[in-house]
Amino acid sequence: MLKVRIMPTLLHKDVGLVKGVGFDNWRRVGSAMQAVKVYNMREVDELVFLDISATRDGRSPDFELVDEIADECFMPLTVGGGVRTVEDMRRLLKVGADKVAVNTAAFLSPGLVREGARLFGSQCIVACIDFKKTGLGHEVFIHAGTRALGKDPVAAARELASEGAGEILLTSIDRDGTMTGYEVELTRRVSEAVSIPVIASGGAGNYEHMLQVLTEGKASAVAAASLFHFTHQTPLEAKRYLNDHGVSVRL
Amino acid sequence: MPSRIFEVEECGGEPVVTARREDLENAHSIIFPGVGSFAIGMKNIRERGLDEILRRQVLERGIPFLGICLGLQLMAAKGWEGGETAGLGWIGGEVKRFDQDGPGVRIPHVGWNEVRHSLNHPLLEGVPSGKDFYFGHSYTVRCRNDGDVVARTPYCGEFVSVLGRDNYFGVQFHPEKSQKVGFRVLKNFLAL
Repeated sequence: MLKVRIMPTLLHKDVGLVKGVGFDNWRRVGSAMQAVKVYNMREVDELVFLDISATRDGRSPDFELVDEIADECFMPLTVGGGVRTVEDMRRLLKVGADKVAVNTAAFLSPGLVREGARLFGSQCIVACIDFKKTGLGHEVFIHAGTRALGKDPVAAARELASEGAGEILLTSIDRDGTMTGYEVELTRRVSEAVSIPVIASGGAGNYEHMLQVLTEGKASAVAAASLFHFTHQTPLEAKRYLNDHGVSVRL
Repeated sequence: MPSRIFEVEECGGEPVVTARREDLENAHSIIFPGVGSFAIGMKNIRERGLDEILRRQVLERGIPFLGICLGLQLMAAKGWEGGETAGLGWIGGEVKRFDQDGPGVRIPHVGWNEVRHSLNHPLLEGVPSGKDFYFGHSYTVRCRNDGDVVARTPYCGEFVSVLGRDNYFGVQFHPEKSQKVGFRVLKNFLAL
C-alpha cells in the first residue's frame, strides 16, 4: 500500500539554511548542500526546499542553486519560494525539481495553479497554505507569513485542489518551530475537505506528534524541520516508531 | 523535460539529454522521461517528428527503450489526459485517470508504494517483489494484453507499474528518485 512520507524541510534565506519560530527569529543551521548530502545518505522519503526570502525580495527562484542541489539529490525534491509564473515552474522542473511549491502567487495570480497543472500535471504542483489563528478563526497568510489574506484555510484548500493542485503543504505559523505538535484539528478539517494528499507542517517535536497528525489529522505526509535540525531524532527512527504503531511506512 | 543526467551517470551510463533527431538516431538506448499531460507530450513528439524516429529505432532496429512515468504512458495506443489522444501505440491499451474508489483514496497517487512482480523480467533483476518505489501520477495505463504487464502496484485496486515487450519497457514510478532499488532498475536497463 501507499506509505506515509516523512519529509525534512529545508528553509533557505539569503545565503544559507535557517530555522525560525513562528516564521521569525531565524537561526542559521548550515548549508543546503550539506543537508542534502546527509539526507541522501539517510535515504529520506522526500525533501522540501523553500527559499523564504525570494518573494520578500521580489526575485525569482535561484535556479542555479536549485540546479546544484537537485544534482546531488537522489530523492524526490519539492522546491518553492519566489514562484510567480509557469515559466518559473518550467525552469525549476528543468533544473531538477520534481515538484514546484507555490504560496503567495497561488493566491495572487489567478489561474497560475490551473495552468501549471495543465502543463506539467497536478502531481508537480504543491500548493502551500500557511495559516495562523486570528480574530477570524484560522486565517491564510501569504508573503512568508507576513500578510493576512482574510481567507479560511479549509476554503482555500478546496479552491486550490479544484484548480488542479496535486498536494497541499499545510503549515501552522503558530506552531512553526515550537515543537509542541502539529495543528491536528485544522489538518483534519483540510484533509476531509479535499481528495488530494495533505502534508502536515509546523510543530513537530517528537514522533508521537507525527503519529497524531497522521491518524487523527488524516494527513498523507508529515514535514518537519526543527525536529531534525536541533534534536537527535531522525526520519528513520520516526518511521520505526510509526511502523510500531501501525502506520504503513517505507523501511 | 527535466535533466536526469546525474542519476544515469551514477548508474554507469553516458547520457545525452536531447530532443534532436540525430542524437536519437545515434543512440544505443533511449530513456524517455516525461512531465506533463498525455496530450501535450504527444503534441511535442509529433511536432518534432520524433514519433517516426522512435518507431524506427525501437520497433525496427530494436534498441532498448525505457519510458518513465509519462514516458510509459505514451507507449500506449491511447490516452485521455487533456482530451482523447493517440499515443505511440506500441502497447495495446489506454491511459485513464484512477477511479477514485472510496473516501480515503487521494489522487494524485504520490509517494512510495510496492511494486509486485507479475513475471520474472531482466529489468527487475535483483529487486525483490514488493519493494517500494516513488510514484507521482493521476493516470495509469490499462494494458490490453496481460503478457505486457511486468509488475503491478496496489492503489485504487491495482494498476500496471511496469510493462514491457521485447526491447521496450515502461515504469510508472521514478527509478531516478527511488534510491537503491531505483538505481538497480536503471543499471539493469543500461546492461541490456
